Amino acid sequence: MAKASWEVNNVLIVGVGGQGVILASEILSEVAMRSGFDVKKSEVHGMAQRGGIVSSHVRYGSEVASPLIPQGEVDVLLAFELAEAVRWIGFLSPKGRVIASRQRLVPPIVSTGLASYPEDAESILQRETWAPVLVDAQQLANQLGNPRLVNTILLGVASRLLELPHRTWRRVVSERVPKAYRELNLAAFEQGRGILGSSSVS
Amino acid sequence: MKALLSGNEAVARGAYESGVKVAAAYPGTPSTEILQNFAQYEGVYAEWAPNEKVAFEVGIGASMAGVRVLVAMKHVGLNVAADPFMTFAYTGVRGGFLLTSADDPGMHSSQNEQDNRYFARFALIPLLEPSDSQEAKDMVGVGLRLSEQFDTPTMLRLTTRISHAKGVVRLGKIKEVEPKGFTLDLQKYVMIPAYARMRHPLVLKRLEKLRRYAERTPLNRIEWGDRSVGIISGGVAYQYAKEVMPKASFLKLGLTYPLPEAKIREFASQVEVLFVVEELEPFLEEQIRAVGLSVEGKAFFPRLGELSPEVVAEGFRKAGVLKVRRRRSRVPPGAALPRPPIMCPGCPHRSVFFALNRIKGIVMSDIGCYTLSVLPPLQAIHSCICMGASISGAQGVAKAIEKAGVRDDRPVFAVLGDSTFLHSGVTGLMDVAYNKGNVNIIVLDNRTTAMTGGQQHPGTGRTLQGEETFQVDFLKLAEALGIRRVRVVDPYDLKGMTRAFKEEAAVPEPSFIVTNRPCVMLEKFDSSLVYRVDPERCEGCGICLRLGCPAILPGEEIPSKKGKKVRRKVSIDPSLCRGCSVCEQLCKQEAISGPPPRPA
Repeated sequence: MAKASWEVNNVLIVGVGGQGVILASEILSEVAMRSGFDVKKSEVHGMAQRGGIVSSHVRYGSEVASPLIPQGEVDVLLAFELAEAVRWIGFLSPKGRVIASRQRLVPPIVSTGLASYPEDAESILQRETWAPVLVDAQQLANQLGNPRLVNTILLGVASRLLELPHRTWRRVVSERVPKAYRELNLAAFEQGRGILGSSSVS
Repeated sequence: MKALLSGNEAVARGAYESGVKVAAAYPGTPSTEILQNFAQYEGVYAEWAPNEKVAFEVGIGASMAGVRVLVAMKHVGLNVAADPFMTFAYTGVRGGFLLTSADDPGMHSSQNEQDNRYFARFALIPLLEPSDSQEAKDMVGVGLRLSEQFDTPTMLRLTTRISHAKGVVRLGKIKEVEPKGFTLDLQKYVMIPAYARMRHPLVLKRLEKLRRYAERTPLNRIEWGDRSVGIISGGVAYQYAKEVMPKASFLKLGLTYPLPEAKIREFASQVEVLFVVEELEPFLEEQIRAVGLSVEGKAFFPRLGELSPEVVAEGFRKAGVLKVRRRRSRVPPGAALPRPPIMCPGCPHRSVFFALNRIKGIVMSDIGCYTLSVLPPLQAIHSCICMGASISGAQGVAKAIEKAGVRDDRPVFAVLGDSTFLHSGVTGLMDVAYNKGNVNIIVLDNRTTAMTGGQQHPGTGRTLQGEETFQVDFLKLAEALGIRRVRVVDPYDLKGMTRAFKEEAAVPEPSFIVTNRPCVMLEKFDSSLVYRVDPERCEGCGICLRLGCPAILPGEEIPSKKGKKVRRKVSIDPSLCRGCSVCEQLCKQEAISGPPPRPA
């Protein structure tokens, strides 16, 4: 994933309203800015709270023009939900990687019979993308004692693929979470970071 | 110092840095955060007005009193404020006046995608379009200076991808601007016909001066590159064009009305082919063609929806100036799962529409979360046009039935939220009372402006800053307007509410019904209120699923005879249920149980 410094890094963070996609993209953008990069981040607010699709584009590099990542140029697709991971794989670059939480959120429209959930989401990711990283983030979060740690764990995983200083990650994560949960979030971040050994970084 | 700011945050910061002292707005996506952020600065006054017209007029008064002013609204908000806007363009300002219009190409959260750049041209005032957060902040200061220098309101036009995109912004110093105070100038501010006739020629003279300014301002800059392709662009479209055609020559327009004709001619004369890349309407393209230049735009870049890097790339590909092939999508067919936005679990609106479906009336609706009731499974409303149109529209339906020979014996309902009612439903209600329309009005009073994220309004008893204030009494207001049948219903009591609707529908005079449960987003989640399903009792009839509540999930299949519809037992997600009890009231098997909801 190493890129020349003038190239733009593109991270697409996706999920469902209420999962914490926006907070995760805020943290990543802040880390990138403090690491000296130009940063742009774009998402759509408004209907997000109501179970809708949420996607946040984060781009950083020496100079970023478009706030939206061009289709086919996503380096890291960080998905908080399986069907959402599948929805966006068309945005990946040929060498782009998917990190997806194994969580499934089935919208009510499925129960009315008007749509069906892609039950084979995992195998689609395995088949269509290169070396996807599937994470039991919910389970890990519960083991750590708080289901809300899912997004910090996923950021930890992503941090392995993004060349930004570890120290800056830790500092921004500490600042962006409630004081009482600081240590817990840092532990969650490290747990996520440990999922991909440095050997699997390419 | 640097900060990562959204376009909206940057506008707020720019206003603060430029000495803006008074700001007013009505919330509307994607503009809402401008005022919310501005209100957090020390030493400024900011207010949520009941609607955009009021906000604009508050701004006019503050400008006449000699302070710098910011008013903010979404694109369709300017339709509401168009009346003061058009005449204020004649009077001009005393303190600098910046109007921010946040447009929504692609209609992420709007009923249309009108291009408000035409409003600036309509009123003959300067129009600024930032391309990122830094420019959004800087253009606030520029816009206020232009406003004072040329004696005009200035319009700053944002779009969703500017308002809600974050970028790195260098923060500036805070400028102290001495208030000028209110002075008498009758011929400038009293627009009787005789004085307005004196102002109109000044507007045209001002436009000529602005045209000369447009030629020399660095807001409009040429970036020479490869001269075989020249691109004129502004706003976020400039970033997309720059992304896909980084080597081309650009005329980047920051001041997009009035246009710098000479600069455009100079640019055009030095490039082989000239393109305009702009979102929505051919606003620039038509003006450039009108001066006799040959230019391509909407032939290659769509007039519908948002642009994006790939849409712009596709346009240049079609035009034959970009050779890179399009990457094919790898999403397997059928994998794209729709996730239409839905009302929250426990939302007090849901049961209202379930009840209205049972009554089978004509339901004129409005703008708010409740508009989602048009989608399956509720599919309960029949119209949504603009803020406030439910009541007046229902009056039209009722009169067409009563007076114009339309044969229909269904009762007529108007349904709208509390904030929408105060925004522009009150005048419609006055009409219903005054002209004796047989309309049943339901105000869904959830005590907040929910759709835009929960803002205060005159019915909540709190100001933008959270201070306690007077609270509109909806029932007394309706009575004062002449409605005799007014009542409150509990939307968590399905039977009682349905009965009330039926009673009011049966009486041939207007009625005014207010629901009394707050938005669930205002209340903390309480696990002691959660309902559960007894799997032994559930027969999978599915009636609870017809509520469309995200907390109710179909599960285990019940074995059934061949050819019969598959039934599934349901369960309730304990992390989502808010304990409204409506599903329990519907369940004939008494399979659902939980504690009774707290008193409203």
